[in-house]
Amino acid sequence: MIEFKLPALGADMDEGTLLEWRVKPGDAVKKGQVIAVVDTAKAAVDVECWQDGTIGELLAEVGQKMPVGTVMATLRAAGEKAGEKAGEAAGKAVAAKVGDGGTAAAKVGPGGTAAAPAKLPQTEPQTAPQAAPAAPAQRRLISPAARKHAAENGVDIDSLTGTGPHGAVILADVETAAAQGAPAAPRPPAAVTAELPSAEKGATRIAAMRQAIATAMARSKREIPHYYVSEDIPLARALAWLQAENSQRAMAERLLPAVLLLKAVAVALRGYPELNGWCHDGAFVTAERSNLGVAISLRQGGLIAPALLDAGTKPLTTLMQELTDLVQRARAGSLHSSELTDGTITVTNLGDQGTQAVFGVIYPPQVALVGFGRIVERPWAEDGGIKVLPVVTASLAADHRVSDGHRGALFLRELAELLQHPEELDKEAS
Amino acid sequence: MSRKISYREAMRAAMHEALTNDPRVFLMGEDVGRYGGTYAFSKGFLDEFGPERIRDTPLSELGFVGAGIGAALGGLRPIVEVMTVNFSLLALDQIVNSAALYRHMSGGQFSVPLVIRMATGAGRQLAAQHSHSLEGWYAHIPGIKVLAPATIEDARGMLAPALADPDPVVIFEHAGLFNMEGELPDDWTVGIASAKVRRAGKDVAIITYGGSLPKTLAAAEILAADGVEAEVIDLRVLRPLDTATIAAAVAKCHRVVVVDEGWRSGSLAAEVMARIFENAFWELDAPVVRVCSEEVPIPYAKHLEDAALPQPEKIVAAVKGLFA
Repeated sequence: MIEFKLPALGADMDEGTLLEWRVKPGDAVKKGQVIAVVDTAKAAVDVECWQDGTIGELLAEVGQKMPVGTVMATLRAAGEKAGEKAGEAAGKAVAAKVGDGGTAAAKVGPGGTAAAPAKLPQTEPQTAPQAAPAAPAQRRLISPAARKHAAENGVDIDSLTGTGPHGAVILADVETAAAQGAPAAPRPPAAVTAELPSAEKGATRIAAMRQAIATAMARSKREIPHYYVSEDIPLARALAWLQAENSQRAMAERLLPAVLLLKAVAVALRGYPELNGWCHDGAFVTAERSNLGVAISLRQGGLIAPALLDAGTKPLTTLMQELTDLVQRARAGSLHSSELTDGTITVTNLGDQGTQAVFGVIYPPQVALVGFGRIVERPWAEDGGIKVLPVVTASLAADHRVSDGHRGALFLRELAELLQHPEELDKEAS
Repeated sequence: MSRKISYREAMRAAMHEALTNDPRVFLMGEDVGRYGGTYAFSKGFLDEFGPERIRDTPLSELGFVGAGIGAALGGLRPIVEVMTVNFSLLALDQIVNSAALYRHMSGGQFSVPLVIRMATGAGRQLAAQHSHSLEGWYAHIPGIKVLAPATIEDARGMLAPALADPDPVVIFEHAGLFNMEGELPDDWTVGIASAKVRRAGKDVAIITYGGSLPKTLAAAEILAADGVEAEVIDLRVLRPLDTATIAAAVAKCHRVVVVDEGWRSGSLAAEVMARIFENAFWELDAPVVRVCSEEVPIPYAKHLEDAALPQPEKIVAAVKGLFA
């Protein structure tokens, strides 16, 4: 039995709201298949399965808001029988519903159907909650008030012993625990609330995104010792090549300067693995591929940084198509979970609307961010004379725990050099 | 200064006041005139106000409730007395299909400022055909207001705002309350918009209305002796329900018992529970339970009738079950 848990779709995600199941119990699923759509504070994301198997139970309900790590569903690996039930999994699922099929019914009354008509009383019991059918054994009984109070006070409700009817955890148990300083819940408070899914309220959604950005950026500046370097890069050759290239292309296939800059970053990173990867709890892991998180501002406010996967190995035409697709899907709110979690570095490009330079805040757990300002014509000294050239200021914000300014500067120089040979960039593969 | 009067006297005073203050008001129903009212609510009215305004009717609920609707449409303010809710079933077409709908069917051109009073409830050994509690049926119907005065103050005060309402109002008077006596303060004011907290508590909210209110208050006293502080909510207005007061009591006490003399299935108690789940689910610390009438025809025999109805002991047992 495999537990499928709600993944963290980005460092700033603590919880998500299930919008849709794309599978049902008994469905065979393949690794990479989209099995659910989850609303984060930023977008509706297609959540992919990471293993082949068969869906056992769907434990999360549509509309349910749950902390990251909640068991959403159970899967059976190939060869595993349906009878091997999800007892242990369901017991742990926060606010999860036990399926109404299979074991639960069987446990309540074997052969109960046949006996029922004869035993059904003329008058049903009026009061006496103890007469209610016993809840399925694997479901922990926790009262709604206890849940709410625990969430508000950061009490880990799973660690409590219930003193209510049928051993239910009730409000008094949480109050006692809170007074005694019980173990804190693994997630921040308000993980469980009575609110509607934020997707239903535009204003709430924008506020939630603001909060998510605030959390991630505050964490970045709190934990990551940033250093900054910058370099002015002449783009006369690059833009001339682009113009020539685009003149031979159909309108829909023309390349934007941004895609050239992205490709150059991905290629340059090969020699600077200390800028490409993730730092978890102070331990740095280099990523094998360059997945460029592209900062995309959203029309309703806020931004999101989904990744162009393995950008270093793709021709410019492919990258351009993927970038267009990514921007459209980010704004439509239909990103894939891997795009939100797999970024290894972020590139922010202010483009035509921007200022001359930008110095970014690193998106944890990444360790670097490359910023491009607006491409403008500037006086440029070269070969003992002054010319007017299109120039872009590239900057690097990097994690000083992982790399040093000297290497960061060399990386920007490499980037500048690559952009002087655009035709080579197009051919660059892995 | 307050004075002690009975529920019956309070109702009579309310009608007397209405008849005195507004010439458009008249009373119509079976035995309201020469007999002085089945429950003596209109004793002496025929002599004082005359046969035009205190009108005895034939035994035809369909006819005289319809006549009341017509009079209301014509500009009068009729008080139609139906002897008991059991007999009002004969007038359901007039109430549900006509009175409740005319504002809608006329595109807002006509309203029906009609007050229908009827006795309800069991407990007096009148057997199955005279002991129904069908308030929940009426509370289902958009277009009418449904009131259930359960205190001396409400018996005295609810009629005036009901008559002032431009739409039909049905008032349910529980026959078990008529001889109840209580203090009527001099400065009473009564509205028909909200539920009321009749007893403040913190451990359990008991939500009820009508004839079950005194039983619930008695249960609360027994519980208090055992250290359980019950908050008692009197719904008073059965349609539209005051969801905010219900939700506030749930948020305060976290445990709820609903007491309703109606049969449980499809009852007003069920609607109250549904509102709780919709509006206050996260405040609950225990399942919500009900004390309703047994789902049988109300028996004639005293001990069986007592056993079929909500009683203080049953309410106490239901509350204690929440703490078991």
